[in-house]
Amino acid sequence: MTGWETFLTAAIKVLAAFSLLLTVVILVVWFERKAVADLQNRIGPNRAGPWGLLQTVADGVKLLFKESVTPRRVEFGLYILAPIAALVPALLVFLVVPIGAPFTLGDRVIDLSGTDLNIGLLYILALSSMAVYAVVLAGWSSGSKYPLLGAVRASAQMISYEAAMGLALVPVILFTGTTSLKGIVEVQAGSFGGFVPAWNVVLIPSFLIFFIAGVAETNRAPFDLVEAESEIVGGYHTEYSGFRFALFFLAEYINIFNISAITVTLFLGGWHGPTFGPVWFSWLLPIFWFLLKTTLLIFVFVWIRATLPRMRYDQLMSFGWKRLIPLTLLWIVLSTLAIGVRRMGLPWT
Amino acid sequence: MSEENQTEEIDSAEGAVAVDATTATGEEGRRQIHDMWVAGTEERADIRQFTDEGAQELLPVEDETALDIQRGVVVDDDYEFEDARDEDELQIINMGPQHPSTHGVLRLHLELEGETIRRVKPIIGYLHTGMEKTGETLTWLQGPTNVTRMDYLSPFHNELAYSLAVEKLLNVEIPERAQAIRILMTELNRVSSHLLWVATQGMDIGAISMMIYGWRERELVLDFFEKVTGLRMNHNFIRPGGVAADLPDGWEDDIEALLVDVPAGVDEYHEILDENPIFLDRCQGIGVITPAECRAYGVTGAIARASGVDWDLRKAFPYSGIEKYEFDVPVGKHGDVLDRYHVRMAEIDQSLRIVKQILETMPAGDYRTEDRKVTPPPRKRIDESMEALIHHFKIFTSGYKVPAGEAWQSVESPRGELGVYIVSNGGAKPWRIHVRAPSFAHVQALPAAMTDTLIADTISTLASMDPVLGDVDR
Repeated sequence: MTGWETFLTAAIKVLAAFSLLLTVVILVVWFERKAVADLQNRIGPNRAGPWGLLQTVADGVKLLFKESVTPRRVEFGLYILAPIAALVPALLVFLVVPIGAPFTLGDRVIDLSGTDLNIGLLYILALSSMAVYAVVLAGWSSGSKYPLLGAVRASAQMISYEAAMGLALVPVILFTGTTSLKGIVEVQAGSFGGFVPAWNVVLIPSFLIFFIAGVAETNRAPFDLVEAESEIVGGYHTEYSGFRFALFFLAEYINIFNISAITVTLFLGGWHGPTFGPVWFSWLLPIFWFLLKTTLLIFVFVWIRATLPRMRYDQLMSFGWKRLIPLTLLWIVLSTLAIGVRRMGLPWT
Repeated sequence: MSEENQTEEIDSAEGAVAVDATTATGEEGRRQIHDMWVAGTEERADIRQFTDEGAQELLPVEDETALDIQRGVVVDDDYEFEDARDEDELQIINMGPQHPSTHGVLRLHLELEGETIRRVKPIIGYLHTGMEKTGETLTWLQGPTNVTRMDYLSPFHNELAYSLAVEKLLNVEIPERAQAIRILMTELNRVSSHLLWVATQGMDIGAISMMIYGWRERELVLDFFEKVTGLRMNHNFIRPGGVAADLPDGWEDDIEALLVDVPAGVDEYHEILDENPIFLDRCQGIGVITPAECRAYGVTGAIARASGVDWDLRKAFPYSGIEKYEFDVPVGKHGDVLDRYHVRMAEIDQSLRIVKQILETMPAGDYRTEDRKVTPPPRKRIDESMEALIHHFKIFTSGYKVPAGEAWQSVESPRGELGVYIVSNGGAKPWRIHVRAPSFAHVQALPAAMTDTLIADTISTLASMDPVLGDVDR
């Protein structure tokens, strides 16, 4: 490929990923509101657009036109920086996630992901740790006490769950032998015995731990004490309004989609699924499977939120450090043994 | 700040303000008016450097604090650090009056060490509407309209306590049917209030769906209230002399439906919450109040019963014929949030049990007393009888007179002992009304339950105390 072509493909990919994320956020917010409403015997948004689909757009436009109130005591630079610091990593993470099967255009094979990093998993971990900076900066720069409490909670929570999240990925890397997301999806092709898909669901403890840590990473219920409305009002975004608040909101929902998409990619076979029909159709189907699986996981997010009470600060920490991390370590040992036996056979044979 | 110092400064400040600004003229007068009303309202630089509302309590002593108090810039709370050593570790946070979980306009002055609360001071008065004073300007018949707004989650209990107290002074016989209707409505009100409590308790500890579930069943009860009284709250239904109207046709069917639907909903709550590990973690051993503390602070009702104090006014001093019905008084052991949950859930069952008995034994008869001095005559009689017309006219213009004397009547409201003390000087209006509000006592017990817990526990405890600010401030 010539330089121009590479540049053009990359630009189109980035643009596509960006617009996909923004569209998806609109749908995820709508989906959450509808699903929670359904779980609570309510109707949910039904005024703006068909089935209330445009409700999020309406809310976004409203936030855009609202005044962004800046309290007098804020550290202005950091206060402005924080929402951006929340949004940018959230957008960047998605670039490495393959959303469909690679397709050929002329003589070129084009991956349906922003880029295929050979250190994809590390990239994801690095960027998801960046999210905590946004929260801490927002809380600290607001110059107000509720945000500060939220920021302190956030840093403690994210550090502890980041550890569990990273450790939960170790068996995945050992099992698949790669840290590239494209590679991990390729490993999950095919099936066991012809009908059970060969997804990484065999790593189910990793899957569960990663997902729980993911819920904590995105500050969602029952780990939403960073923004616990009933305790510390709005947590780190108490002092934000207008579009600055909208950026946090956007980042949160993009993160939900990201975590679900990454979990699908790592454990649920990514875009793999039965394909059939004409070429264009079998090219679209993987994208459909990918989005379907992701939607299911997003529903789990919503379901958890509608069901569980919020955990308390100390309970959350002890759950992270005393249960989740030891469990992960134990699982690493077990899975390493199992993988070793699988590769090299039993030591006495 | 020492006590004398403070008094002295207030004295001098009063001296300063005593200059009569209204009579001074020209530039001098304008300056004085400016000093009095405008000067203090700009934020001073030394206040601005603190980052929060609580800063006012941290102002250095040598500032013109007393003057600021006079101008209303500074709130004079009798707040002092007990231990100066911890001063740097502590931060003050004002939770409320605009806070999502303070159940109205309660303000909690929290002294935090990290997330741990070292001291709590509830500050009330943001919803003070002067209902006790207003009551003195309303006739005896208008009284229920006033008191029904105090504890807006259990309006029937307010009306009942008031009406019973007035009836004690009037010495009138209340027909059996009226009494049964009163018990029916108040017990259903207890159910609706407890349903709202479980909804907000769930909401406050983060179980957002509980909010809607609790409301869903409460709505059924409110629908029945609306059908009977015409209003969903502030009914003005129970009045001295009986109730405002008879139950509508087909009320039995509505009650039967309620007796099926509400327990079904309550079963669902048990399913969602009882075994939920996060719910248990958030409630077990949190916000404990001992029986001794209950007595010391005047805590009554479900909270006292959850602490193991077997005290229910419906058993101790039965009113309105409630002794005729069979029911148990659920009592807890630990006095924590979880026990309050279980006690209230059991009370819903017991109240429905009473409602069921009323449904089976509802006596026939009139729904208000025959005493024409107290209840207006039926519309038809006015056309026929001169005397009836006079009674009607008198009741609705000047109101009826109540013999001089004083009366105290307390009822078991969903929150606890709700007492009304009335003094009459023989006129058409009460001379004095005092209300003993259960929420008021519960709010003063908050520090005992909250000290040395985490912020999250504070919210859980506060929710479990179920204070209604309309009841606290009146």
